[in-house]
Amino acid sequence: MEILDGLTVINSFTLAELEVGEHFLWKIGNFSVHGQVLITSWLVIGLLVLASVAASQNIQRIPSGIQNFMEYALEFIRDLAKSQLGEKEYRPWVPFIGTLFLFIFVSNWGGALVPWKLIELPSGELAAPTNDINTTVALALLTSLAYFYAGLSKKGLGYFKGYVEPIPILLPIKVLEDFTKPLSLSFRLFGNIVADELVVGVFVLLVPLFVPLPLMALGLFTSAIQALIFATLAGAYIHEALEGHGEEEHG
Amino acid sequence: MDINSASVIAAALAIGLAAIGPGIGQGNASGQAVAGIARQPEAEGKIRGTLLLTLAFMESLTIYGLVVALVLLFANPFA
Repeated sequence: MEILDGLTVINSFTLAELEVGEHFLWKIGNFSVHGQVLITSWLVIGLLVLASVAASQNIQRIPSGIQNFMEYALEFIRDLAKSQLGEKEYRPWVPFIGTLFLFIFVSNWGGALVPWKLIELPSGELAAPTNDINTTVALALLTSLAYFYAGLSKKGLGYFKGYVEPIPILLPIKVLEDFTKPLSLSFRLFGNIVADELVVGVFVLLVPLFVPLPLMALGLFTSAIQALIFATLAGAYIHEALEGHGEEEHG
Repeated sequence: MDINSASVIAAALAIGLAAIGPGIGQGNASGQAVAGIARQPEAEGKIRGTLLLTLAFMESLTIYGLVVALVLLFANPFA
């Protein structure tokens, strides 16, 4: 943190402080948790629950307003799952992939669109929940669990035969792949969101007005794409586990 | 050279070097996509979707470098 102290000295506006690696810690028993992440993720979850409740109350045959919007979102998610998992197997995985997509998307956009900096915390600052490595690692590990569950529930212990299927020489690489999948998923999401927030933060530090706007728009674009990519990759991994390693059967 | 200045130089190298490969790759992919669109303008929508997805994959390689740089600057295990 000392390295960036020079930057914060230049800055006379408290509007744009860069706080990396500082957290609003809560103590629960022997654990200390990052409170700012929990607050924002609860807000995101609350928003999603409210939207789904509002959309599913008073359902009309001809949808309008929020029901229309949520039906569009559901259709988008279903198409996403269908394009990855195929017509036959996509249905049970729509809730999982949809939850991943909606949570990541809403938290990315919520972190970028809501002026969290106006709310003062004792330490650290409110930002997107995906701005914290713990959130993204949790999501990535859930994805790992999901594809193991998919493979094991479909093929039983025969799932592990897939590790030696084309030739057993590739076994170490396939085992390694199980570790690199969550690693790359979590780092990709975390890095992209942190990069967005840092770039916007640095620009706001240098020129507080108007100049950062195009970058913020770019940030919105990339964070939407990242949500899409996370959901797509989760679908692709589940599909791979269902179909068996190596063999590619799309359609 | 003390550990702090070494970390700053390493962070700069990490993000700078990590930007080279994906830069070349993204240039190649975009060029090919433009060629594809020029050849077959009716496939533009499909090409654009695939291109954005692959660009984001290449982007993530640079982001790994960025994560390493950030770890060196803000959460350095040796400083």
